[in-house]
Amino acid sequence: SCELQQCRALARRPYGSAASPDPSKGGILQYLCNRFYDVEYLVGWSETLRYRNLRRKNAYCGYIKGIYGDNAAAAYFVLSHRGRVRFQGQETWLCVDRRGNFSYDFVELQDVPVVAIDLAGSVLNYNGLDNLVKLTALKSLDLSRCPHVDDWTLTRLQVFKDSLEELSLAGCPQVTERGLACLHLLENLRRLDLSHLPSVPTPGLIRILVEEMLPRCEVVGLAPAAGAQTSRDGREEPGVPSGDRRAGEIPA
Amino acid sequence: MIRAGRLCRGLGLLRPRPLPDPAGGSAPPSRQLRTGHPQRRDLFSDLEKEVVKFRKKLRQSLPGSDWDPFGTTKGLPPERADVVIVGGGVMGWSVAYWLKALKPQKDALRVVVIEKDPTYSQASTVLSAGGIRQQFSLPENIQMSLYSAFFLRTINEHLGVVNEPPIDIQFNHSGYLFLASEDGAADLEENVRIQRNEGAEVSLLSPAQLKKKYPWINTDGVAVASYGLENEGWFDPWSLLNAFRRKAMSMGVSQCFGEVMSFTISSREIMTPEGELTFSRINYVRVQMPNSLEYQPVECSLVVNAAGPWSQKLAEMAGIGIGPPNTQEGIKLPVEPRKRYIFVWHCPDGPGLECPMLVDTTGAYFRREGIGGNYLGSLSPTEEEEPDIQDLEVDHNFFQEKVWPYLAHRVPVFESLKVKSAWAGYYDYNTFDQNAVLGPHPLVENMLFITGFSGHGLQQSPAAGKAVAELILDNKFSTIHLEKLSFNRFISGEQVLERNIV
Repeated sequence: SCELQQCRALARRPYGSAASPDPSKGGILQYLCNRFYDVEYLVGWSETLRYRNLRRKNAYCGYIKGIYGDNAAAAYFVLSHRGRVRFQGQETWLCVDRRGNFSYDFVELQDVPVVAIDLAGSVLNYNGLDNLVKLTALKSLDLSRCPHVDDWTLTRLQVFKDSLEELSLAGCPQVTERGLACLHLLENLRRLDLSHLPSVPTPGLIRILVEEMLPRCEVVGLAPAAGAQTSRDGREEPGVPSGDRRAGEIPA
Repeated sequence: MIRAGRLCRGLGLLRPRPLPDPAGGSAPPSRQLRTGHPQRRDLFSDLEKEVVKFRKKLRQSLPGSDWDPFGTTKGLPPERADVVIVGGGVMGWSVAYWLKALKPQKDALRVVVIEKDPTYSQASTVLSAGGIRQQFSLPENIQMSLYSAFFLRTINEHLGVVNEPPIDIQFNHSGYLFLASEDGAADLEENVRIQRNEGAEVSLLSPAQLKKKYPWINTDGVAVASYGLENEGWFDPWSLLNAFRRKAMSMGVSQCFGEVMSFTISSREIMTPEGELTFSRINYVRVQMPNSLEYQPVECSLVVNAAGPWSQKLAEMAGIGIGPPNTQEGIKLPVEPRKRYIFVWHCPDGPGLECPMLVDTTGAYFRREGIGGNYLGSLSPTEEEEPDIQDLEVDHNFFQEKVWPYLAHRVPVFESLKVKSAWAGYYDYNTFDQNAVLGPHPLVENMLFITGFSGHGLQQSPAAGKAVAELILDNKFSTIHLEKLSFNRFISGEQVLERNIV
């Protein structure tokens, strides 16, 4: 086991050039993991389970799609993630109640295209977009505070390039400027909410670059433009989107 | 007397007393004039430490410990292994990872990766530009690339190590933009058709659309362009290499720094319908330790040739390509090192965040590097002006005379730019058809190739490593069928060509 320990010591050497990993947090779990294979195995196993769970939650609703079509499948997916969905010509959003139940009225609207989806705070990831990519009339998409929305997910939004006008990525912890670069494909975008992105290192510069990249789009968030309010240390205000903001911003 | 006193003081029995002040005016003792240290180590002055050291050594030499009075070299490879992977670049580590991932039972396989350069200073992996694209014309290449993109997307599920920070390979999601002149337009459209058939998301752009989308492009001489919408971009090669290495080592692959000097081979002649052929097997790999004459023979059942640019040399050690010409034994592995430059320049008014990896009609390419107005790019030199491969020196005139005119023509802003740095790396260039060589050699039965990628090895490493691991474990491909890329094509003379080589 001496050899194994050496191996591990070597394997843990911080080689990476990209970003220096944060020093080991310590903690009882870390200590136990370093000492007992059983604990390490269990932690690894729980990680696998977490990934599997995420995959299950983002699975493709093929059954509903087969019977009721793409719009109903997308609506079902959104509602089962406690999101909101709006069909074309409708004034009100279809929502879930406090306990997560929802009515299946949307199956009657199966031929009406979905125009707006609000998935704020859901566990949507790249795979979950399988359910949405067929919505050719989608105008508004709210992905704020989704912990699993990453740069790869953003690349997949290019399927909405002919219709999408409003996109919110506020508070997505995994979104970086490397993924924002691919939003230039969304040529019809009118409003882009990028407030409170913790993984974007230089918000001021990125805001300018995004505005240059999407000249016809209003960019909200990131570091405010000159003249707007700034917090004292120059960092942006944590612009957590509030629930009442959404109601007024339904695109015409 | 003095010795006894020292001994007592050394043992802590006597407290050192300050010497009585010598009589005033006497010369200071001659010892104080000496600037160096006393020549002989004074054993008794730090006897306590010596005793501790001695006891430690005594404990180490007890039966059951690995202490050896003659001393052993650290980092020797094991004497026996199932698979020896020669070349610790991204390909080698990918094969090692997949061998362990596909056979997760403990100690199912003993895998050793041998790398000659622990600093990776000349490794092709880390000196590459790090791009990934699906815009190939060969379905096998497109499939490998699509699989690799899937792998990179879910890299933490594959290569995440328990209690380590998550892997971030710094993937930049900006597609490749291929420009084609009128002559190349038909080829480009045909390529896009193949790519869409394989499931890649690629769009075609007319010069007008191109100009609208990227106002900084000069569209003179461009007939059509293709742009990859998903799964294309560039990433940090070193992070990927390290992630593979860290995961493989955590799964029990041993790493060894040394150089393979020769093989011990047993061979026999067999009569076949094509005539008498010499079949051989590698029994031992002789690994020379760095900066020493010591070597270690490693008994093995399989050797994976992942030596990249130097894989032809390694193949020759196994007798491949040194037989008489016009025989199967005389067919060389057609992979040789080619030096390729990469230049980094600064241009504050250059293309913005939307800047793709642009590949010009002339073959010159560039991409954005970070967000500070830096760009990176180059051009493959023509066959006649191949640079000398002895070292990795950069020919700066090459940029001034060859690359810059093309770039400045395509992107007029680049007429004023400042070259900031440059480096060179080796391609494992397949002179036969510029595509990978995967799979076993027909005569040397236990040498498998994973080499010859001619510049797109990094992006295909996850898929190619998996394919070779499948070949080793199941003797067939199951994820992607890559029989076309076997060594046999050099014998039959059938080229597997790519229309559009960058």
